[in-house]
Amino acid sequence: MKDYDKIVQDLAPKKFGFWGKIWVTLLCVIAAFAMYAYYQQLSQGLVITHMRDYSLWGVYISNFVFFVAISLVGSLVTAILRLSGANWATPLTRISEVIAVAAIVMAGLTIIIDMGRPERFYNLFIHGRLQSPIIWDVLVITTYLFISLLLLFFPLLPDFSILKKYFKDKPKLSNWYNRLSLKWKGDDRQVKIYNKSIYTLSVLIIPVAFGIHTVTAWLFATTYRPGWDSSNFGPYFIAGAFVAGAGAVVSVMFVLRKAYHLEDYITDFHFDKMGKLLVLLCLVYLYFNVNEYLVPAYKTTEEEADHLKELFVGDYAPMFWIVIVFGLIVPVIALLFKKGRKPLPVFIIGLFVVVGAWWKRYLIVTPTLLHPFLPVEGVPKEWHHYFPTGLEWTITIGTLSGALLIITLLFRYLPVIPIHETIEELEAKHQLKAQKNEK
Amino acid sequence: MKDSNNQEQRREFIRKGFKFGLVATAGGVLLTKYLSTSASASESEEMVELMTTEGDLVKVPKSELQEHHNASAYNPREGFADKKFVMVVDLAKCKNARKCQEACNKGHYITGENAWLKIYKMQESKETSPYWMPTQCQHCDKPPCVKVCPVDATFKRRDGIVLIDNERCIGCRFCMAACPYSVRVFNWEEPKQEEQASAEPYTPDFCGKPSVKGTVDKCDFCPHQTIKGEMPFCVKACPNDVFAFGDMYEDAVTNGSGTTFKLSELLKERGAHRLMESLGTEPSVYYLPPVDRTDDFEVGLENYTPYESVKKDTEL
Repeated sequence: MKDYDKIVQDLAPKKFGFWGKIWVTLLCVIAAFAMYAYYQQLSQGLVITHMRDYSLWGVYISNFVFFVAISLVGSLVTAILRLSGANWATPLTRISEVIAVAAIVMAGLTIIIDMGRPERFYNLFIHGRLQSPIIWDVLVITTYLFISLLLLFFPLLPDFSILKKYFKDKPKLSNWYNRLSLKWKGDDRQVKIYNKSIYTLSVLIIPVAFGIHTVTAWLFATTYRPGWDSSNFGPYFIAGAFVAGAGAVVSVMFVLRKAYHLEDYITDFHFDKMGKLLVLLCLVYLYFNVNEYLVPAYKTTEEEADHLKELFVGDYAPMFWIVIVFGLIVPVIALLFKKGRKPLPVFIIGLFVVVGAWWKRYLIVTPTLLHPFLPVEGVPKEWHHYFPTGLEWTITIGTLSGALLIITLLFRYLPVIPIHETIEELEAKHQLKAQKNEK
Repeated sequence: MKDSNNQEQRREFIRKGFKFGLVATAGGVLLTKYLSTSASASESEEMVELMTTEGDLVKVPKSELQEHHNASAYNPREGFADKKFVMVVDLAKCKNARKCQEACNKGHYITGENAWLKIYKMQESKETSPYWMPTQCQHCDKPPCVKVCPVDATFKRRDGIVLIDNERCIGCRFCMAACPYSVRVFNWEEPKQEEQASAEPYTPDFCGKPSVKGTVDKCDFCPHQTIKGEMPFCVKACPNDVFAFGDMYEDAVTNGSGTTFKLSELLKERGAHRLMESLGTEPSVYYLPPVDRTDDFEVGLENYTPYESVKKDTEL
C-alpha cells in the first residue's frame, strides 16, 4: 500500500506554484485584451479585420481549422491507441483528452468570432438546412464535444473517488470530488459498466473525429476554388490533424511533466514512443501533401498554376517552404535519431510542428481566396492582399491562450496522469511477478 | 435536345414573314380570348399584335385585353410563378461607360466599395483582342451559394431570381466562397446609406434597402423594378444597349431603348454563352461574344479604374 499512497501523493492535483500563477495571469491578460478587441469588432463590424470581399475568410477561419485539427488528438491517443492495445499511451490519455476538449471549445468560439452577425447564431438551429456543410459541421462538432467530454469524464470517476479521500482535510474540495465521482465505489458492477462505456465511447469517437475534420475540409472542398477543389482534402486534413495533435501532446506533456514533477510517470520512454509516432504521422502527411500539390502542378491548368506559383515561388513561398521544411521534414529527420527522441528535443520539435501546422492552415485558406476565377479588379489595392490586423491578431492569440487557459485550469483540479489506471497497471505487474515467483 | 426541334419550327414560322411584334414583358398582359373573337370584332376597333406562348403572332382587339397584375399572389420569397427572368449581355456593345454601375449603385443605395455590378477588362490570350465584360449576379439555376447557405438566408425563387434575406443572414460568408463569379459583397461595417427611401418594412426583393452590417449583398435582378413594369436599373441606364432583360417563358428580352428580341433566336444567331458553363451552375445571364464591335476597345480605357471600385453616390 505504500506504492498506492505514493502514487496518489504524486499524482493528485496541486496548487499553482509561482510560475504557474504568472502563467495563468499572463493568459488572463491576453484573454482580456482579446475580449476588448472583440468588443471593438462587435461594435464596428468585421471592418476592423483585413478581410475584404476577396479575402473573405482570414486568420479566424485558419485558426478554426487549426483548433479542429488539434482536437483530433483526443481520438488518436485515447481511442485509436487504446483500441489497438498500445498500453504505453495510458499516461497520455488524459492530457490528450483535455487538449481535445479545450481545442474543440475554442474552435466553436472561433467560428462565432468569424461571423458577421454572431447574435443570429440561433438561426443555425431554427433555420438550419441540411445540405449546407456548415450544418454538418455544427452537428458533428457538438457531437464530438459531448463524446470528448464523456471520454474525459468517465475515466475520471475512480480518480475523483480517490481524490475525495485524499482531500479529506479540505471538505469543500472533497465534496466537489465526491459529487463528480457519481458515487464510484469500484464494485464489479460499476467496473463492468465503466469499462464498457469507455470502450463504446472509444469506438464511437473515431468516426465522429474523422467526421469533424472531413467536414471541415469540405467547407473548402465543396467550393469551386482552385487550391480547395480537391477530392484529396478530407484525408489530407485528417493526416495533418494527427500531426498537429501529436505535436501538441508532446509539447504539453513536456511542460506538465516539468510543472508537476511527473518524471516517474511520463518517462523518456513515452517521449521516445511519441517521437516515433510523430515520424509516422509526418510521413503520412507529407504523402498527402505530395498528392495535393504535385498532381495539379503536373497539369498546370491556368487557375491552379496561378495558385501554385504563388505558393512555390510567389508571395507565399517563404512561408510555404518554411512550413514544409521546419514543420514536417526537419521533425522527421530529427526524430529518426535516438537522441532526437529525448524529452527536450521532442518538445522543441513538437513546438515546430504545432507552429508549422498553424501556418499551414493559414496557407490553405488565404492564397486560394486571392485567386478567384475572374480577375480581382475594381477594388482598392489593399483588397488584393491579406494580412491580419493588430486587432485580428489580438483576438486570434486570445483564442490560443484561451485554449491554454482551459488546459491549465483543468489540470489544476484533474490529475494529469490517470491515478486509478496507474495503480491498476502496477497491481497487474505485481501479480505477474508474484505468479512468476510461485512457479 | 428535345426542345431544339420545336424551336427550329418556331423559328421557321417566324421567318416566313410574320412580323415580330411588341411583346408584353414583365407585369404582363393576359390574352383573354383568342383569334375567333377578334375575327368578329368590328373593323374600327384598334387591334394589338401579340405573341402567344408558342411564338405565333396574333391580332386581338385592344378591348379584349385585361391588365393582369398578380400582385396579390406575389411573395418576395417565392417570386412570380409564371416567369423565368433572364438577361442577355452584348459584349460587342460594351464600352465601359459605367452608367450601369452608377445607376445600380444609386438605385440600390450602395455605399463604399461594394459595387454589385462590375465591368472587367478581359482578354483571353495575348493574341486575342481585349473586351469589356459587365458581370453581376448570374442568378444561376443551380446556385452554389444557395446550396451552401446554412440558414436559407440566400434562396432561389420560382422566377429564377437568387436573393438574400438580410434579416436572416448570419454573415458566415460561405456563399461568397462558393460563388465562382465573385459577385457577392459583404457589409464589413455599418453601411453609410444616407438617402434611404422610406421606412417601408424590409423585404428581401429590394437588396440594399437597407444594407445590413455583417451580412452579404448582391445584385437582386431588380424585381422591385419589374413589378412596376420597369427595366432593371442597369438595363435602363446603359447608353449602348448592352443589356437586354426579359422572361424566358415569353422567349423575349428587351433592351434599354425598348427593342425586343426573340430570346432563343438571339442566343442562337449570336452564339451566346454563359460564364464558366463547365461548372454546371447554369446561369440566367447570357453573353453575346465581342465580335463586330460597335466601337474600339480603347474607348473604354478612359473610365478604367482597376483599383477603384465605383463612383460613389455622393459624386453623382
